[in-house]
Amino acid sequence: MTVETFREPKLVTAEEAARREPALRRIWETPPGLAGWLSSVDHKSIGKRYLVTALIFLILGGLEAAVMRAQLSQPDMHLLSPEAYAQLFTMHGVTMIFLYAFPVLSGFSNYLWPLLLGSRDMAFPRLNAFSYWSFLAGGIALYVSFIAGRAPDNGWFNYVPYASRGFDPGVNIDAYALGMILLGLSTTVGGINFIVTLLRLRAPGMSINRVPILIWGTLTASLGNLFAVPAVTLAFVLLWFDRSWGTHFFDSSGGGQPLLWQHLFWMFGHPWVYAIVLPAMGIVSDGLPVFCRRPLVGYSAVALATVSTMVLGFGVWVHHMFATGLPVSSLSFFSSASMVIVIPSAVAVFAWLATIWTGRPRFTTAFLFFAGFVLLFVIGGVSGFMTAAVPADWQLTHTYFVVAHLHYVIIGINVFAVVGGVYFWFPKMTGRFMNETLGKWSFWVMFIGFNLGFFPMHIAGLAGMPRRIYTYPADAGWGGVNMVITLGSYLFAVGVLLFLINIVVSRFKGRAAGANPWDGGTLEWSVSSPPPPYNFALIPIVARRHPLWEEQLAEGEDRSSTNAKGFLLDHGRETLGTTPIDAEPDVILKMPEDSWMPLLLALAVSGLCTGLLLKLWFLFGIGTAVSLLAAVIWLWPRRYLSQVER
Amino acid sequence: MNTSVMSGKVLPVGSKSRHASGWWGMLTVVATEAALFAYLLFSYYYVAAHTTNPWPTGGDPKLDLAIPGTLILIAGSLVMAWGEHGIRRGRNGRLAAGLIVSILLALLFLGIQFWEWFHKPFALDYDAYSSLYFVITGFHMAHVAVGVVMLVAVLLWTALGHFDAERHSAVSIAVIYWHFVTIVWLAVFFTFYLSPRLI
Repeated sequence: MTVETFREPKLVTAEEAARREPALRRIWETPPGLAGWLSSVDHKSIGKRYLVTALIFLILGGLEAAVMRAQLSQPDMHLLSPEAYAQLFTMHGVTMIFLYAFPVLSGFSNYLWPLLLGSRDMAFPRLNAFSYWSFLAGGIALYVSFIAGRAPDNGWFNYVPYASRGFDPGVNIDAYALGMILLGLSTTVGGINFIVTLLRLRAPGMSINRVPILIWGTLTASLGNLFAVPAVTLAFVLLWFDRSWGTHFFDSSGGGQPLLWQHLFWMFGHPWVYAIVLPAMGIVSDGLPVFCRRPLVGYSAVALATVSTMVLGFGVWVHHMFATGLPVSSLSFFSSASMVIVIPSAVAVFAWLATIWTGRPRFTTAFLFFAGFVLLFVIGGVSGFMTAAVPADWQLTHTYFVVAHLHYVIIGINVFAVVGGVYFWFPKMTGRFMNETLGKWSFWVMFIGFNLGFFPMHIAGLAGMPRRIYTYPADAGWGGVNMVITLGSYLFAVGVLLFLINIVVSRFKGRAAGANPWDGGTLEWSVSSPPPPYNFALIPIVARRHPLWEEQLAEGEDRSSTNAKGFLLDHGRETLGTTPIDAEPDVILKMPEDSWMPLLLALAVSGLCTGLLLKLWFLFGIGTAVSLLAAVIWLWPRRYLSQVER
Repeated sequence: MNTSVMSGKVLPVGSKSRHASGWWGMLTVVATEAALFAYLLFSYYYVAAHTTNPWPTGGDPKLDLAIPGTLILIAGSLVMAWGEHGIRRGRNGRLAAGLIVSILLALLFLGIQFWEWFHKPFALDYDAYSSLYFVITGFHMAHVAVGVVMLVAVLLWTALGHFDAERHSAVSIAVIYWHFVTIVWLAVFFTFYLSPRLI
């Protein structure tokens, strides 16, 4: 018997689909219990795991910061030794940048993409699970070193020669290399998944100019990561060669170039900044309009601004290296390129402002976070613009001014958007509202605490306080401002705590929310809350950018079909593949069952990398063999996936 | 959009050539791998541009093995394309022949590379040039080795009769990677063997 080669997908009514829902549920549901949990490939489970794991890392990174702020609250404090302080500030940076800021956005995107696009899963569900497990492995690798008292201790950008074996002989830097290689792998395969999902899995009719801005943000970040992540992975591999095999890539005594590290790191590092803010900007671009009761102003301009920010972002890395003695021509070029990024950023800001101005805002907690985000975005953008000017940067680099700037960017543009996004989509994920009263408290405490704690850092920096110092003398005159910073940041932490309490309480006691509690216009609001395992019983057919707002907006004759009629695909796990630009039906895609291989491969690759880095050859051999085995089993052509004819 | 426009279209089911998600996935893998080699070669040129030592260490690398090695890799790619063309018409034997010859040529290439490695007058830790030479060619050899593993798996599946004229996306996907490994070698070859002669 041969497998089915061609089929006409059945276009059915909602009543017919309702009759098939129990069967669809059986096909798509992951069995309960630990085995199901470890082998699930459902994008919703993976997305939630990403979110929860990233929030746990946010708490850990926050605790590290709290200890550092205690140390710095007054001059000449000796709560921490210099060595402990070095490990803490490094782990704080690494945790927030790599284990919180990006993974939390991967969580939103993994959960939301198929729902926003009208699909039943991501293009590569098993790869999605692998992406999560390797992220977790990278995080664990870093924290194991922390528990062993040998955490990375050279700052998150890990400059040589401090990171070379001669100056940092312990396992600290090798642990960082291991974590970064695993995280790089996770990010890369995650990015591949988003790109192919965008190209193939949009609902029929959802042409490229109808996708939500979050999709543009994550797509742009994913494309950027595809080209940026290899730079940092390579930098860490070359550093490992220098440290473990005596090579001379970064070692000037053998003809190597210490500055090569900075180039490779920042060729990655700057695009990465956009990778951790563009999807967050997408969250705001999609969430804010719902509370303004109108579509986003300037959709096309914002989409283009998103993409052009990333393109420009590949040409600005040297602005992290203005003080390294590069030629003036090079400094001028990178300075002006950095300033040009103001243009797409301003396009987005004015689009958000115009959306609020011309809309009818509802002042929900989510709205407050999104609006607060816009203000912090402007402050962080202006201080970034200041440091893009070479003469100003020479004064400001390596001071607390830069610490202020990067926290306005990462907390302002990432954390505020993420918390707003949680308030916005929590009802979709759990079927319950978060508490609005506690929510508003959490906003105001976070907002006031953040500005009280982080704005004075600009002043400390202008007063000459360097970053990364473990203490300072009383006669430096920085005592007062540091006390304010510490108190403000603790207030901010209280606000975050209120938010976390709200999540836990609302998860169990929140008011029930229906399918579309905010009256949103995009596809995720057309399914029940929480969505069924198969997302859409009927694959919707899309005619407009806001399929659920067509009556109110009355833009034309054509109407989307979200619940009336659509494609029912129920011969096993199936979803519809469409063409890349116009999203016309192209293929019936067979989707994989749950599998243990992603977890096994992530474990094996972790073993392989650990063995290689620490020269444990036995572990390396086993890791390699099991990786090969898992990959071959994973990719084995299967009948149920229609990969073999016979 | 009128729903009736969408209906009545017969669609292919499952993995078939460019309809397979894996085909698109492999293109993105190639993109990120190409970026990796771009950064490797950037490192080479960056160090070469700033060095004050004689470059390359030990004089211009000899071409007497590098040119045959290059031709062997190109031949492997061409043979593989011939084999893939065969399975599009359902010729399993031709696919198997293409795979076997490609694998053997790749192993020959690796042998030549190792022979060059062990006859270099310097070791990995001699200086920046030696570091770049061994690590960049080593990265490429690792990619050839991964390609060989892919081709062996595809050969196994061919022997099991998994492919025919309709369904052979695993073959097409592995072949994309295989051509990439050849093309990226041309960049590595140009950098190490030709570029020092041009300056």
